Amino acid sequence: MNKELIQLIDISKSFDGQMVLDELNLNIHENEFVTLLGPSGCGKTTTLRILGGFTSPDKGRVVFDGRDITQIPPNKRPLNTVFQKYALFTHMTIAENIAFGLKIKKKSKSYIDDKIRYALKLVNLDGYENRMPDSLSGGQQQRIAIARAIVNEPEVLLLDEPLGALDLKLRQEMQYELIRMKNELGITFVYVTHDQEEALTMSDTIVVMNQGYIQQIGSPESIYNEPENAFVADFIGDSNIIPATMIEDKLVSILGTRFACVDTGFGTNRPVDVVIRPEDVILVEPAEGTIQGVVSHLIFKGVHYEMEVQACGFEWLVHSTTLFPVGKEVGIRVDPFNIQIMNKPESEDEEAVIIDI
Amino acid sequence: MTSKNKWLSTPYIVWSVVFIIVPLGMILYYGLTDTTGAFTLDNITAIASAGHAKALRVSLLLSLVSTLVCFLLAYPLAMILARVQVKRHNFIILIFILPMWMNFLLRTLAWQTLLEKNGVINHVLSFLHLPALKIINTPAAIILGMVYNFLPFMVLPLYNALAKIDINVINAAHDLGANNLYTFVRIILPLSIPGIISGITMVFIPALTTFVISALLGGGKLLLIGDVIEQEFTRTSNWHLGSGLSMVLMIFILINMVLSAVFDKDGEGSML
Repeated sequence: MNKELIQLIDISKSFDGQMVLDELNLNIHENEFVTLLGPSGCGKTTTLRILGGFTSPDKGRVVFDGRDITQIPPNKRPLNTVFQKYALFTHMTIAENIAFGLKIKKKSKSYIDDKIRYALKLVNLDGYENRMPDSLSGGQQQRIAIARAIVNEPEVLLLDEPLGALDLKLRQEMQYELIRMKNELGITFVYVTHDQEEALTMSDTIVVMNQGYIQQIGSPESIYNEPENAFVADFIGDSNIIPATMIEDKLVSILGTRFACVDTGFGTNRPVDVVIRPEDVILVEPAEGTIQGVVSHLIFKGVHYEMEVQACGFEWLVHSTTLFPVGKEVGIRVDPFNIQIMNKPESEDEEAVIIDI
Repeated sequence: MTSKNKWLSTPYIVWSVVFIIVPLGMILYYGLTDTTGAFTLDNITAIASAGHAKALRVSLLLSLVSTLVCFLLAYPLAMILARVQVKRHNFIILIFILPMWMNFLLRTLAWQTLLEKNGVINHVLSFLHLPALKIINTPAAIILGMVYNFLPFMVLPLYNALAKIDINVINAAHDLGANNLYTFVRIILPLSIPGIISGITMVFIPALTTFVISALLGGGKLLLIGDVIEQEFTRTSNWHLGSGLSMVLMIFILINMVLSAVFDKDGEGSML
């Protein structure tokens, strides 16, 4: 793992008495694509604004490459921001927009011209130098905003829901573009979004946030496959979250039926939650299943069918490429490694999870 | 608007024909004819005569100075207002608009009472053993009256233009390394040009054409072009000359309006 570049240490922030961030700790490594993911109001944008210097924390420190930058104004920080809704300078041409930061740094005319050409090529908008921002589409404006930021060669690029205003197709295209740009530039990206699919597609590391706390930090795979609590499981993708009892290591009782699992260390006869992803619920003939139920809903989703199965008093969400018609009796089976055991939350406000990434 | 609903505009069309189009036509007629009704340009060229030219020069100078003073007072205020939280700013704006709801003549008369040789201000000054203020009947008093009366018309368009600037655009400038001054000069000022042009128009035109302020606070010593025109209509009863001079004044107003239309495409000044 690369060296640590940014450390957020015990950051707290409240607005009008409302706690937005509570003793947040986060380490970001060099050349990493980190996504802050969470519902609106979870504190992800505030965290980004504290990084950019637009909001100062009530408490805590921001350390950049060993240097405390908590009190440094945004114009003196070695990072640049791509804002939500682009924030382009509408009275300037595209070239003037991109040159804005370089002119302040008193770069030579030829250097600036080279940079503009390079940046426009990077964002696939060659030849747009003399256009005005208003004449560009949303996706193009967003790419100009990125070009304007990266010509300054920041060590970290902060992106605040940059794809939020784009339509689905464009958003997916831009996700690949961003991954390509990050690899070409070799810098750190800190990305804020509420879109879990965006986070899973692009990130090296995902930081799931809720109510000012970090819920889980990990790679997209670990966040998806091994959610640490019900919030993460529910927020990332569809899931069946079922109350259960851990009978002993590797054996869990779900809705009164014993299932083999792979988790250990939860003690004996302890109430837990289990997460089973809908694609991991296997529908079979009734006699072959661990439990039996009846299909109650069926929707065709393109790649797969989405079904709801009533079994043991729980509505199981199932994704399958095989069709089971409504009213059919089915058996349900789950492979042991697809049952993810989680501790029950101790209170409504999940405890902060402090982990290095 | 659909053609079905067009008839709804009839009352306004009648109004504007009777009170705008017809009077304008009459000014045009009087301005281009002499007492016998024959066509002449004398009423218009009369602006070149020494007295009239001086009145026009003084009017232009005083209204330009007033507009500048209004701008310098209003811009910082509008910047503050544009960034104040929504809950409070309606109240602050109310304070600035409140005087506009009172009669214009009344407010100007109030200033006359305040500034008079034996007026309120001089009473207070003499009570404090300070030298008396000799401001009434000077150009300074006229400028004071203009600024006082027209300041809200500068504040509102500026406020509208500045409030429209996305805070993230300003943040982006800082983010790219700009300090406060650079951000102001390169971002905030250019983006507020439509508001500046509207504000200037809305102060400059009424200031240029006023005759009440100069009559009440200038004591009739300094003739503005508005005073000259007023006198031609009311005292000399020379409607032809009055109309001709009005047409000259209208040219200046039209120039200002064209400039404003070119720069203020989004109609920032149209809130008033």
